[in-house]
Amino acid sequence: MDTLQLFLEAGFWMAVVRMATPLLFGTLGELICERAGVLNLGIEGIMAAGCMSGWTWVYLGGDLWGGILFAACVGGAFGLLHAIFTVHLGLSQHVTGLGITMLASALSSFVFRMVLPDVTTPPKIVPFAPMDIPILGDIPVLGPIIFNQSPLTLLALILVFFVGWFLKHTPAGLALCMTGENPMAVESQGLSVFAIRTCAVVVGSGLMAVGGAFLTLSAFDAFYIGMVNGRGWICIALVVFSSWKPSKALLGVVLFAAFDALQMRVQQDVSMVIPYQFYLMMPYVFSIVALIIMSRRSAYPKALLVPFRKGER
Amino acid sequence: MRLEPREQSSMVLKAMVPLGSAAAALLVCSVLIVWADASPVEAFFLFIKGSVGTRFALSETLARTIPLIFTGLAAAIAFKAKLWNIGAEGQLYGGACIATWLGTGMIDLPGWLMLPLLFSTGALVGGLLLLGPTLLKTWLKVDEVVTTLLLNFIIILLVNYLVFGPWKDPMAMGWPQAKGVVDAAVLPTILAKTRLHMGIFWALASALLLWAFMRFTTWGYQIRAVGFNPVASRFVGISVNSVVIRTALISGGLAGCAGVSELCGLKGYLTLDLSPGFGYSGIVVAMLAALHPLGVVVSAFFVAMLSIGADSMSRSLNISNFIADVATAVSLLAVLVSMLLARYKIRWR
Repeated sequence: MDTLQLFLEAGFWMAVVRMATPLLFGTLGELICERAGVLNLGIEGIMAAGCMSGWTWVYLGGDLWGGILFAACVGGAFGLLHAIFTVHLGLSQHVTGLGITMLASALSSFVFRMVLPDVTTPPKIVPFAPMDIPILGDIPVLGPIIFNQSPLTLLALILVFFVGWFLKHTPAGLALCMTGENPMAVESQGLSVFAIRTCAVVVGSGLMAVGGAFLTLSAFDAFYIGMVNGRGWICIALVVFSSWKPSKALLGVVLFAAFDALQMRVQQDVSMVIPYQFYLMMPYVFSIVALIIMSRRSAYPKALLVPFRKGER
Repeated sequence: MRLEPREQSSMVLKAMVPLGSAAAALLVCSVLIVWADASPVEAFFLFIKGSVGTRFALSETLARTIPLIFTGLAAAIAFKAKLWNIGAEGQLYGGACIATWLGTGMIDLPGWLMLPLLFSTGALVGGLLLLGPTLLKTWLKVDEVVTTLLLNFIIILLVNYLVFGPWKDPMAMGWPQAKGVVDAAVLPTILAKTRLHMGIFWALASALLLWAFMRFTTWGYQIRAVGFNPVASRFVGISVNSVVIRTALISGGLAGCAGVSELCGLKGYLTLDLSPGFGYSGIVVAMLAALHPLGVVVSAFFVAMLSIGADSMSRSLNISNFIADVATAVSLLAVLVSMLLARYKIRWR
């Protein structure tokens, strides 16, 4: 197949945008945490928790949007735990984050087994259907790519612009960014660093969990253990790649998803020549390469990883 | 709420740290067990019986302690230098791969030469796997947390390819596993009818050596200094980058040894379930031991108890064995908090 022709196909770009959605939620969530100065390595586990809790909500009879909301709450709860440990107690953000990932993944697996004790093939739910928007959906190329998707995809795209606007043009957003750069300055303005960081981590973790819930409620219709499969870690790499800017995060995520979709197509064509495992490695290799390319230029938040203690310099 | 440093940290408080963490793990697990309609008291007795209660149970726990000592030491030395090596899982598989390549008939040596060769090549591969991310960190300031984490996925996919592809043992009834290691490469068992093998001595020796290294040598002192204050270390003339690189080689090497010891002592052949996340549990082991090499031996035994005991308990009570992972994660988070509380007072305002 001609690769050039592939890039002109609407179906290809639909797949790209679909694959980008969970990463967009995760990357935005992590970006919000890090702009406030808190690295959240809990992302991998929080996405797993979102995956499981959203699916379970729907499986037990709730509706889809309820599942998304529930997943966001569960993610926010883990975020709160992370915030108490890293912001209020000032513990190591690396180790706490890994601990949150371990706890959230283990708890999700445990709860899943409690809900479904003896099932080998996981039962399915009815996932989100693609939207059918009258006028917007009929726009020639853009219509099917953006508006003929799951509503969550549209939500993710709107969120990119919302978060970008919020961080740059609202007092609350500016305070959040300043907390990540110079917490002392925030405190001298009479704002609470603790409160701002806690809110940022809780909201950011909620978004990560929604990204996880997209996997079970839209991309796929069942939950299985190990489903997140490193997507959380990839989001952390994408945040660095985007230099902590939402608009660049959109670019990074779409670029990444395009590579991923491309390797999947190529894999179908020449699967005989190169073993499939090497294609599966590609997303991880891309992420590492992206990190290497962008690391020199990236202007990371100055107070990232630095715990804030009142009255200490 | 604010934290105030304690005037003096008493021994009693320090002793409470591990106890408090174990209590927290116990508490959370009890809640889950009650939810699963079982009795926590019965579960606790089954847990003790299943982890240390019988000769076989104890031997299983000790066998599980071996890889955890290696990965725990790997995390401990790296974290001491503030090198965040989260890639022990991949380094473990790297060590196991090279041992499979050399140990399944490629070379023919007597046992007393074969095992040291496999351990040293395994350590070399593990060290080199961490060297890459470390050089990226020191040269280009690429965050090693993400690169080491992502490398795990790449290496495990490589192992997946090897055991499904070129290394697949045709005699294994279609199971994805490599050929078994030759007799000279087997770490013999030290207790009849159990799986406890000689690897335990290799692991204990590593812990002792690492402790002496950190305590009595200049290199060990430099590692501690760099972790404590890199800027001050630079001022007294320590080359921070070369210390970090040295640390990476040792840390990755120890994780590689975990793979060799599991391969030659326990499994005998390379599969994808060689390690159920020993690389990640190693981080817990190291943190529970407050990064002390000898403490790692104790905490590795504790984490091994958690997984072996919870496995047997969950089978008897028909509870999901993920409860072991929950207990491990809770004890990690709890030890972080209790170590803090041993040094600081919390003052509510």
